[in-house]
Amino acid sequence: MKKNLSIIISFFIMITIFSGCSSNNNLKIYIWGEFISNGEDNSMDIKKEFENKYGVKVNLTTFASNEEMYAKIKSGSAKYDLIVPSDYMINRMINEDMLEKIDFENIPNFSNIMDEFKNPIYDPTGEYSIPYAWGLVGIIYNSKMITEDINSWYSLFNEKYSKEILMFNNPRDAFAIALKYKGYSLNSQNPEEFKQAADLLKKQQPLVQSYVMDEIFDKMINGEAIISSYYAGDFIKMEKDNPNLKFVLPKEGTNRFVDSMVIPKGAKNKNLSEKFIDFILEPEVGLSNIEYLGYSTPNKAVFDLLPDDIRFNKNLYPDSSFLDFNTEEFIHLTDVFLENMDKEWLKIKSGNN
Amino acid sequence: MKSKLLSLPYIFWLIIFIVIPTFLVVLFSFIDENYKFTTKWIIQSGDYIGILFKSIYFAVISTLICFLIAFPIAFILSRTKKYIQKTLLMLIILPMWMNLLLRTYAWMTLLENNGIINQILSFIGLGKINIINTPYAIILGMVYNYLPFMILPLYSVMTKIDKSIIEAAQDLGANYFVVLSKILLPLSLSGIVAGITMVFVPSVSTFIISRMLGGGGNLLFGDIIEQQFIGSTYNPYMGSAMSLFLMIIILIIMWITNMIDKNKEERQGMLL
Repeated sequence: MKKNLSIIISFFIMITIFSGCSSNNNLKIYIWGEFISNGEDNSMDIKKEFENKYGVKVNLTTFASNEEMYAKIKSGSAKYDLIVPSDYMINRMINEDMLEKIDFENIPNFSNIMDEFKNPIYDPTGEYSIPYAWGLVGIIYNSKMITEDINSWYSLFNEKYSKEILMFNNPRDAFAIALKYKGYSLNSQNPEEFKQAADLLKKQQPLVQSYVMDEIFDKMINGEAIISSYYAGDFIKMEKDNPNLKFVLPKEGTNRFVDSMVIPKGAKNKNLSEKFIDFILEPEVGLSNIEYLGYSTPNKAVFDLLPDDIRFNKNLYPDSSFLDFNTEEFIHLTDVFLENMDKEWLKIKSGNN
Repeated sequence: MKSKLLSLPYIFWLIIFIVIPTFLVVLFSFIDENYKFTTKWIIQSGDYIGILFKSIYFAVISTLICFLIAFPIAFILSRTKKYIQKTLLMLIILPMWMNLLLRTYAWMTLLENNGIINQILSFIGLGKINIINTPYAIILGMVYNYLPFMILPLYSVMTKIDKSIIEAAQDLGANYFVVLSKILLPLSLSGIVAGITMVFVPSVSTFIISRMLGGGGNLLFGDIIEQQFIGSTYNPYMGSAMSLFLMIIILIIMWITNMIDKNKEERQGMLL
């Protein structure tokens, strides 16, 4: 019996040893997949550079969606020092008191951030988040098959392209398109506007070839579908494989998403997180990172260093007249509303009207 | 004492990764956000009963197809020479070394309207098949991914069926149909039951196959459970309740299949 006990005890000791690996010199970052330059294609290996500079260890863990990240943090199954989620999720985490206030004294490079990205709608006091990258949602189409001018969300609802349309496989992005097309705010919680958007999506369902997220890359590059909507940064990657693809920002306006760095409550290494944020905001580091990502930068110092073909690319950096009046960021909506949206979305996708 | 000691790590593993999580699923199904007892999640799961039936329907069909394909393959396999057997077995197991996700992704590009299969079909003058984004593609994906799980248990029981038993039956005038129904099927019953379990259970709870090959519109019960955890409304209680629902239904179906096996064994015992 004594022997049994010793085996059980040794098991527990082993577990505590393994979980105790996180020391003071360990920075745990939770970030989107492929969202930080890693040395490929002559980019800077940011993780390694930071480790060398401060003599610390950086652990990168990746997530595939904001919701996945939220579920993991909310369930308390993992602790991180720094997270890089999107706007509406930051809004939600602030509402639920899940974030730590950032000490801006430790981040002198914050002065590099463009003014328009300070105090955003999802973080009105600007105390919790520091923007990392941003981008716009637009229409991607194959100019070989579509010769007419595309400039409106209407094209995604056009019967002419029946069974050639790809649509976002998540309710928030899909409803945003419908709301914008109808001329409403994409954060609208007005029941009447919601119903109009839902009806529009229901009518669109028979025309949609499939509802996709990352599968869109293959399907658009191979010409399986000819029109869809996705993020401008990802379009740059698709265009390399199929030069016939074109991107357009619809005249009705669109969603601007901002992914920002935040520090979750309970972070063990807040100081080191702030050092890392400051490091990312350095012009050279930020430049290498944004070139790797393909998205747009909120960092003025980085923007000034960008090559001309990117700096003057209107899809990545549209005129401020478009940005200011035609784009919106997501904020968190009420749980009841989101639940309703999920249910409605299920009905829409399965064609149950 | 010694054997008990050896099983300790396994028991430890079992408790941490199977018993406790299952207990948590049951617990979460019956509490609300304030940790009070509630049955509302179970009742709300009822909203998705139609989709649950659809999932079961798909799983039954793909299990049936798997069985119809696997039975002759397993029989032929068990009757070939030993070294050929090894090679063939290897070929069946080989695709399983690749991740399910990759295999399903491959089918997505293969089946597309401009995909390789359709290009070949139109090249040799046959019409295109449009099955991507339809239920047919989902069934195909299930059958393809889970077929080895039907072949392997069938094969392992069939290798134990002595050739002389079949020969004796044929000697006594049994035709192929009688050999199949009176000898092969009853003797391989335990393999059939194992195969059905191993194909039906992952089929009924899959979510990745339906999403990739079904075009996002053909949702199954697994997709809805997934949505509760990583959809826009994070609701682990509802997700747990739905999982519990599914678990109970699977248990009932497994119980029925096992009963068939047991009845047969008892009858055989009486005959002997």
